[in-house]
Amino acid sequence: MTTTSVDEIVPSKSSLTAGQLPRWTPLAVGGGALVVSALVMLLIGFNLPGWIVIAWLLFVPSMFVATRAVEGHQAGVDRLWTVLVYSAFALALLPLVSIVVEVLTQGLPGVVDPGFFTNTMQYATSLTDQQAVEAGTDIKGGILHAVVGSLLVTLAATVISVPIGLLTSIYLVEYGRDGWLSRAIVFFVDVMTGIPSIVAGLFGAALLLTLVGPQDNLMGFTAACALSVLMIPVVVRSTTEMLRVVPNELREASYALGVRKSLTILKVVIPTAISGIASGVTLAIARVIGETAPILVTAGVATRLNANLFSDWMMTLPVFIYRQLQNPTAPAAPGPSLERAWGAALVLIVIVMVLNLASRMIARAFAPKKTGR
Amino acid sequence: MSTQTRGSMVAQSTETQVETQPPAPRSRDNAAGRMGDKVFAGICLGAGILILVVLAGVAAFLLRDAVPAILASPEELGRETSFWGYVWPLVVGTLIASGIAIVVATPVAIGIALFISHYAPKRLSQPLGYMIDLLAAIPSVVYGLWGATFFGPLLVPMYAWLAENASFIPIFGPTYSAAGRTLLTASLVLAVMILPIVTSLSRELFLQTPKLHEEAALALGATRWEMIKAAVFPFARAGVISAIMLGLGRALGETMAVTLVLSQGPLTANLLNAGNSTIPAEIALNFPEAFGLRQSELIAAGLVLFVITLVVNMLARAIVSRYKEFSGAN
Repeated sequence: MTTTSVDEIVPSKSSLTAGQLPRWTPLAVGGGALVVSALVMLLIGFNLPGWIVIAWLLFVPSMFVATRAVEGHQAGVDRLWTVLVYSAFALALLPLVSIVVEVLTQGLPGVVDPGFFTNTMQYATSLTDQQAVEAGTDIKGGILHAVVGSLLVTLAATVISVPIGLLTSIYLVEYGRDGWLSRAIVFFVDVMTGIPSIVAGLFGAALLLTLVGPQDNLMGFTAACALSVLMIPVVVRSTTEMLRVVPNELREASYALGVRKSLTILKVVIPTAISGIASGVTLAIARVIGETAPILVTAGVATRLNANLFSDWMMTLPVFIYRQLQNPTAPAAPGPSLERAWGAALVLIVIVMVLNLASRMIARAFAPKKTGR
Repeated sequence: MSTQTRGSMVAQSTETQVETQPPAPRSRDNAAGRMGDKVFAGICLGAGILILVVLAGVAAFLLRDAVPAILASPEELGRETSFWGYVWPLVVGTLIASGIAIVVATPVAIGIALFISHYAPKRLSQPLGYMIDLLAAIPSVVYGLWGATFFGPLLVPMYAWLAENASFIPIFGPTYSAAGRTLLTASLVLAVMILPIVTSLSRELFLQTPKLHEEAALALGATRWEMIKAAVFPFARAGVISAIMLGLGRALGETMAVTLVLSQGPLTANLLNAGNSTIPAEIALNFPEAFGLRQSELIAAGLVLFVITLVVNMLARAIVSRYKEFSGAN
């Protein structure tokens, strides 16, 4: 590590690095493991996952044994766990990379189909799909109705959830002051966070069954109600956090100027926390726009464009993906359906990622200056 | 209190103005302001109460619609068993899937969290953490699509090998699904989905370990791993357990990944073939076409799921609050 003049003359005999493995040991052992594993693979038939797995199985114990022999037992165990921790991280990257690659490679052909964004599934039948496979004509059908449905349902859920969530957080932070009611609200918001999304969907269905009767209870608004059940706790939790970190000095300064409590909250506390609140809301939107199960049991499925939240079934992007995979338009030729499903998945992921990035940028751009004047 | 302050402030600073202003409008203004204050407080309180009402509504509606199916006789349900006979294989399937998911995900998640908090170079750790968070942002239906069309078929050679060589263990074979649409695939997809939840919670806890504890361990000659064992794990243990429970809660309620990946069937011990089902998948598959007593039966199954996740989540919170005083996290 430390290079003194003595080290430069006889580097290999340094007392500081004596009894330690050189820094290139992992590379050498790893290379060796890969070679041995390749030889094993040649004997039983080559495949890439097997090659990596066997190499890893050779690498871990040999690193342990090598380190233990040279540096002692303590260092050997330490090296073993270091290798395992690095492996865990590499292992977690595999699905992430795989999903991104799959969605991009499979989704791009679907997205570039003519009319993918401007058509609905109304005129895409099993006949047109079969033609597309057999005669190679363009794949018909698009996701316009699903995009419109997703945006409308999510917008409605946001309009319902954000005021309720925001006002509840204000109550919890500014008025509740650890009373029994606010403790009950905090507890039940925690409970709501754990509600499975399908149960929230069942609630929406049951609610509308009561309000409008068994006919026509499947519609966009029901789905928005179900999504609100999932969205409100997310908004409450993030907003409460954000309001809590507003320094009390700001409130006291405002009171000292004779400003009323309600005005203090509206003009001082909320503007200070607005960046955090907005980014929390954006994250909540990103979460519910990808929800499938609650919409499946409330808004149903549709092939036509329906922009009315209060009547008739509605399609959303996640349900579109689900339907195209589970019930292909042409059961004999599922290819075009799969292509549309992957295309819709790409669009959905892009929307969610943009919302996530936007949330980070909002948080950064509008963050109040920590120090000033 | 605030009105008094305001009055005296105004009186002191702008005496001339106060004299010229007639007092009557000011007091009316005060009265209106006080009303406004009260109204605003009332609205906030109302929103809080509304949440409680909504939750009570969820429970009440589900109960009301579930009761007919729970009380119905086997003949009315049109099957050989009562509701409980119908729901227990689903409960077992749900528990198996989430159990495998949590067993697979926990060690990996703790490894990633340690990597980000204690092993990765400081400059890299934040972007790497963000990358893992991206896994949480991917919608569950995309996981389902990926699991059904890519990951499942990828696992088929492994299933074939297991069915051939390990079928003396009842869960492996002797038959296997050629499409890979099995409960094991679904569980592994679930494991990937709960990974970021467990990781991000554990990572926060590992990062909060008091620096002095860590440095004290290192100063006594501990290696990095011994330092983690001596300082980081004891500090974070309760929090990590609750993170695992929260991940379990998420896995129990996860619908789409299982619905799309698994090809459902009756309960079977063989995890390599089609068969088994989970409550959320059963509901998602059958609810759109269900009506009458069948619908009520599915809602009752949803209620059972709700109770299970509720118990798991409450246990998680109880652990956190019980250990909060001792952990030094506050």
